[in-house]
Amino acid sequence: MKAKFYSGNIACAEGALQAGCRFFAGYPITPSTEIAEHMALRLPKVGGIFIQMEDEIASIAAMLGASWGGLKVMTATSGPGFSLMQENIGLAAITETPCVIVDVQRAGPSTGMPTLVGQGDVMQARWGSHGDYEAIAISPSTPEECFYMTIRAFNLAEEYRCPTILLMDESVGHTSEKIIIDEEKIEIFERRKPKSKPYFPFDKNAPMACCGDGYAVHVTGLTHDKRGYPMATSSEVQEWLVRKICDKIRNNEKKLRDIEEFLIDDANLAIVSFGSPARSCKAAIKKARQEGYKVGLIRLKTIWPFPEEYFEKISSYIDNFLVVEVNYGQIKLEVERCVKKKVHLLPKMGGEIHKPDEIYEKIKEVYK
Amino acid sequence: MIETREHPLDKYLRADRIPHIWCPGCGLGSILNCFLHAMEESKIDLNNFAIVSGIGCTGRVAGYLNVDSYHTTHGRAIPFATGLKLANPKIKVVVFSGDGDLFAIGGNHFIHAARRNVDITVICVNNYNYGMTGGQLGPTTPLGAKTTTTPYGNFEHPFNLCNVAAASGAVYVARWTALHVRRLKESMKEALLKKGFSFIEVIASCPTTYGRYNKMPTGLDTMKYYKENSIIMHGIDPSKTDINDKIIVGKFVDIEKPTFDEMIRAIK
Repeated sequence: MKAKFYSGNIACAEGALQAGCRFFAGYPITPSTEIAEHMALRLPKVGGIFIQMEDEIASIAAMLGASWGGLKVMTATSGPGFSLMQENIGLAAITETPCVIVDVQRAGPSTGMPTLVGQGDVMQARWGSHGDYEAIAISPSTPEECFYMTIRAFNLAEEYRCPTILLMDESVGHTSEKIIIDEEKIEIFERRKPKSKPYFPFDKNAPMACCGDGYAVHVTGLTHDKRGYPMATSSEVQEWLVRKICDKIRNNEKKLRDIEEFLIDDANLAIVSFGSPARSCKAAIKKARQEGYKVGLIRLKTIWPFPEEYFEKISSYIDNFLVVEVNYGQIKLEVERCVKKKVHLLPKMGGEIHKPDEIYEKIKEVYK
Repeated sequence: MIETREHPLDKYLRADRIPHIWCPGCGLGSILNCFLHAMEESKIDLNNFAIVSGIGCTGRVAGYLNVDSYHTTHGRAIPFATGLKLANPKIKVVVFSGDGDLFAIGGNHFIHAARRNVDITVICVNNYNYGMTGGQLGPTTPLGAKTTTTPYGNFEHPFNLCNVAAASGAVYVARWTALHVRRLKESMKEALLKKGFSFIEVIASCPTTYGRYNKMPTGLDTMKYYKENSIIMHGIDPSKTDINDKIIVGKFVDIEKPTFDEMIRAIK
C-alpha cells in the first residue's frame, strides 16, 4: 500500500502502466495532454513504446496495429480528437480489437472550451461510429478512481475484446489529491491466446492470435465470417456478426454494472450523476439531508452498457429523479427511457461543474 | 484424368479466397505475382510477415496473402502498420494499397511515416483513379484526363508520388510499371530487405474504370503504352520524374538513415 499525490491524468497513466499497457499513441490535446507526456516519460523505461502521431486518426490506427502486434494499448484525447477517432472505434469494434481510449471531456461542440470541463461526449461514446456496435464506457469521479478504473478499462477491453472508453472530464483530470494504491486491490486480466488449430479468430468469444503467433489471421473491417474472411454481400453473416459484437456487451450488462449508491435506501428523490459533478451532488445531498429532504445519489461508474434493468427496478420504489450532468441532458434521456417517469434535469453546458448550492436549490425545487 | 499440381507459390496465397475480385486487364494480378516471387526470394519467414492494406482494389491484396493480414480503414494502413511494427519489431510489415488510399485520404500519414523513417515497406499501385468506386478523380489523375468526377477533364495537377516520398524522407524510392515484372520483383525484394521506410510506386492499368475513357480501352493497350513510353533512369533526381507523356522509371533513392524504431529502442 502506498500513498501518492497525483492528478487524475497522471493517475490514469500510472493505472495504465500498472495494467500492463506497453503502447501509447497520441496527439497533444488539452485537457488530456499530461497523459501522453507521462507515458512518453515512463513507457520507454518499462520496455514500452510511446509515439506521438500526426493526428488522432493516426493515433488510434497505430494503437489498433499495436494491439494486433500483441501489446496492451491506449490512447488519450479530448472532444475534437475523440470525434476524429470514431472511424477506427468502429474498426476496433468489428475486428474485436482490445484497446483503451481515454476521453478527458471538455466543453464542446467543436473547439468549444479547450481548458474547461464538459460531459457532452456521453452519447458519442455510445453512438459515435456508424453502424450497430457496442463499446464499454466507464467514468471516474476522483483521481484515485482514475487509477483503478484505467486498470478496469484494460481488463474489460481484453476480456470482451472491444474498444473500452474511459470517460473522464477536465475537472477530474486536473484535480490533484492523495490517492492510495493498494496492490492487493489490483487484478490484471491477460489476453486470451489460442492453444490449438483449427482456430477461428472471429468465432464467438474467440481468443486472440496476434501477429507472429503463427495463425496467419486475416483481419478486416468488412463484414466477415468466423474465419475472418470477407462476406460483404451476405445478410446472414451480417446478422451473425452484429449480434455477436453487440450481444457480448449487452448480455453482460449485469456483470459490467458498476454503480455507487449514496443514501439511496430511504430516498424519495434520486439524483443521477457521474464523473466530477457527482462530488458536488454528494455535498448538496448532505446539506439537504440536514434539512430533512430524503434525497440520495445514484452514481454511474459504468455508463455503457446502460444499467436499464437497475433503473427499471429502482423506479418501482422511487418516483422522483434528477439528473445532474455537465451537458444539455444526455444521461437524462437514458434515465427517462428506463424509469418511464418524469425526470428532472439540472444541466450545465460546460466551463465549470455544478456548485453544491445550485444542486441544493434544485433539490428543494423538485422535491415532492 | 488431368493431373493437378500445386503451384510453387501457392503457399503464399489463401487458395480458398481465389478467384480474386480484380477485372480482366487490371495490373494487380501481375504485380501480386511479382510480390509473391519477391517474398520467396527475400526468404523472410512467413510467420514474421504481415500485410496491411487500406481500402480499394489494391486494398484487397491483404486478403489473398496467407500471412497475418490487415485490411484496415480507408487511408489508415500506414499508421496501423506503424503500430504493428513498433509493437512487434521481428515482423516485416508491408503496406500494399492504392494511390487514392495512400495519397489522398491517407496522404498525411504517408508523409509523416516517411519523415519518421519507420521500418516498413509501402507499395503503392497507382492506376490514376479510384477504381473500386467506379473511376473517379484521384491525386494522381493526369491533367485533362476524363473520370466520372472530371467529366470536362481534370483541372488538378497530379502528385509525383516518388518525389513526395523522397522529399518526405523515404530511404528507398523506386517506380516501375506493371510491365516491368522482373525489375519490379527485384525492387520489391530490395525494399523488403531494406531497413527503414521504403517506397515503390507501380503504375498499373485500369481498363475498366479509367483506360476506356482515356484512349486505353484494354490492358494490352496500356502495356503497349508502357513499353513505348517508359524510360529507365536510375538515380535521377525524383523532382525530375513527373509523369507526362513519358514515364520515368527506376530506382531513384537508396540511402541509409537511422530508423525511428532503432532510435526509440535505444532509450536506456
